[in-house]
Amino acid sequence: MEGRRQAMIAEIGAFVAALALALSLAQGGLGLAYANSEARAAAAAALAQAAALCCAIAFALLITLFLQSDFTVAVVAANSHIDKPLIYKIAGAWGNHEGSMLLWCFVSALFGAIFASVRGKQSLGLWSRTIGVQGLVTVGALIYTLFLSNPFARLDPAPFVGSGLNPLLQDPALAVHPPLLYMGYVGMSVPFSLALAALIEGRADQAWARALRPWTLIAWTCLTLGIGLGSYWAYYELGWGGWWFWDPVENASFMPWLVAAALVHSAIVTERRGSLASWTILLAIMGFGLALLGTFLVRSGVLTSVHAFAVDPKRGIAVLILLGVALGAGFGLYAWRAPKLAQPSGFAAVSRESMLVWNNFGLAVAAGVVLIGTIYPLLVEALGGGLISVGPPFFNATVAPLLAMLFLLLPLGPMLTWRVGDIRGALLKLVPAIVLALITLIATLVLTQWRAAPALGLMLGVWLVAGGLRYVWTRSNVAREAFCQDCYSPLAVWSMSLAHIGAGVLTLGAVAETAFRTETAVALAPGEGVAFAGRRVTLLDVGSTEGPNYSATRANFRVDQTNGASSVSAERRYFTTSPMPTTEVGILSGFDGDLYLALGEQVRGSEGAWTVRLYHNPLVQFIFIGVILMALGGALSLVSLARKRAAA
Amino acid sequence: MSLVVLLLAAATPAAIGDPAQETRAQALDLEIRCVQCENEPIAQSTAEIAGDMRALVRERIAAGDSDEEIRAFFRRRYGDYVLFRPPFDARTWALWAAPLLLGGAGLAAILAGRRRRRAAAVDFVPEEGER
Repeated sequence: MEGRRQAMIAEIGAFVAALALALSLAQGGLGLAYANSEARAAAAAALAQAAALCCAIAFALLITLFLQSDFTVAVVAANSHIDKPLIYKIAGAWGNHEGSMLLWCFVSALFGAIFASVRGKQSLGLWSRTIGVQGLVTVGALIYTLFLSNPFARLDPAPFVGSGLNPLLQDPALAVHPPLLYMGYVGMSVPFSLALAALIEGRADQAWARALRPWTLIAWTCLTLGIGLGSYWAYYELGWGGWWFWDPVENASFMPWLVAAALVHSAIVTERRGSLASWTILLAIMGFGLALLGTFLVRSGVLTSVHAFAVDPKRGIAVLILLGVALGAGFGLYAWRAPKLAQPSGFAAVSRESMLVWNNFGLAVAAGVVLIGTIYPLLVEALGGGLISVGPPFFNATVAPLLAMLFLLLPLGPMLTWRVGDIRGALLKLVPAIVLALITLIATLVLTQWRAAPALGLMLGVWLVAGGLRYVWTRSNVAREAFCQDCYSPLAVWSMSLAHIGAGVLTLGAVAETAFRTETAVALAPGEGVAFAGRRVTLLDVGSTEGPNYSATRANFRVDQTNGASSVSAERRYFTTSPMPTTEVGILSGFDGDLYLALGEQVRGSEGAWTVRLYHNPLVQFIFIGVILMALGGALSLVSLARKRAAA
Repeated sequence: MSLVVLLLAAATPAAIGDPAQETRAQALDLEIRCVQCENEPIAQSTAEIAGDMRALVRERIAAGDSDEEIRAFFRRRYGDYVLFRPPFDARTWALWAAPLLLGGAGLAAILAGRRRRRAAAVDFVPEEGER
């Protein structure tokens, strides 16, 4: 009896997911067939909630299957193992293609249900049609999941232990990385639905932009955290001290991030001034398109090679069809309806609006460049031009100047008023920041013997941080003046400034790490030491340890610095389920950055000497602190918007 | 003897004594793709062939090659695929031109928008409390 009940879970899961598909389809139909009927819109909203509930149950059942290690289910057998720690059994549910697609559906349905539960001041037509489009987005995702990557498919005969999760992925950061990233990707579907609904309505007014902003912020904040976690994971897990490599998989998440950042800013212009409505719509469509493209790139196998894709093209082609339908509907509606949208208010060449236009220019062009660089090798190969690689040298040479332009203008933006700004006044207020930035520039030039790139980079970082702080200072004075008390809440000022300061801190870390990192590789026997980056690193001993599902070689080091000695250890882990060992690096963080130790192999032909790679990564912590500040800025901005709306 | 050296080289990138040359080598390590791995530079890869390729970079530097000559050397040996910095040629001009084209299109769109708004003739007087 017990066995039979357990044996039913996968079938119930598939059934509930199919039910969600039917409910979403009805939600899409009813929401879009809006006929000024309050009842019909309310029914669509209720269907959205029911569909989300079904997706939640289906996803919970999949997690249950992983917890029970039910190896009669194909994805569990392929991605889990009886010896795996509990948290990774749970995370295993989304650490694979099929489960992650079910998560995609769940998030899409969940966001649809949340949107349907909070109507606010949106017009009935906009609200209803947005629910409708969002329903169809979920339908597309569910069809793909159920018919092309069903996580509930059975396996016969079932194995006894399962093949285990890829050991590299068995890591706390990577357990939460995919859900965050998916919340970011799928978060872009709500702005997309809102954009399509606005085009159908033929109106994109300030109330529309007000509905758009929180969703864009949710998507951007989740993408920021998701990308940051992925980058941090790469830094401490891959064992070579890097944190960003312009890998196509990284680019796949960076492109929607750039567009979401642009959208966060353009939606402000549309909400406050009514301008740029049609550009904001276009960005929302492109943002979701890039999120789908990211899913396609990561999930289709096309990145390994066009040929790997051609071996089993069903899934990839299905995602391409979904992408084509979404973009076709989006751009088609846009071409047809956007010219009819009103463009009410103008602004001067120097104004808050024009600064935000330049922000959008930089971010959108950067997204376009990353897109072309990412898919170019695929196009060349598909057209028979052979294999080429497009990597960091291309992206650094093209994206960095765009970001530099963006950052040079950034602190000016908040200092300028809407409609027509006073550039002299803004620059005067920024004099302290300008002075600090110039001091940084000159000092770095002198200290590095005239290396221009790091000097300019550090200058921009200081300019962003100092400019952000200067803005907070200005606003805290203005707020005391009676006439402007309702302009910006302190929370709004802080949230925006934190995000901008975070970008500056990130820039400082990225520039310092890239320009001033040092590395060396040595062979050390126990007792031997090496002088490195102003420290002395001594290998004490090498032994073996056992983990829950791996065995490891562990090396202990002593590091002597000016302020005393510390100990640090590094490991190589051998998982029973995988032939490739993984590295657990030793990291010793100090004021001037990280000392980073990776244990290599035992040197052949010598008794007891080990290869050790040593890195010194100056200010590398700033990169991750910057990411946290940016995400915090996004989260606080959400709180500030919610408060403003509760008060209004 | 040479076998031992080669094996050692595979495990350790035999660092060059001259720090300036070693810095050059490390920069090149990041531009050259490990031919056996999935999208990794030889600086990052733990694969044996990546170790051999790192040793080769240092060998060419010691032989007095310039960075450009070393890139050309690897390109002859392994094809265009090995360079993360794609060469400029008939296949890749569109890639290198793309940033300029995109930037130009963006600028044109901004200027067109400004002209449209100017045609709508608005006078820029700050409104009350609009700061």
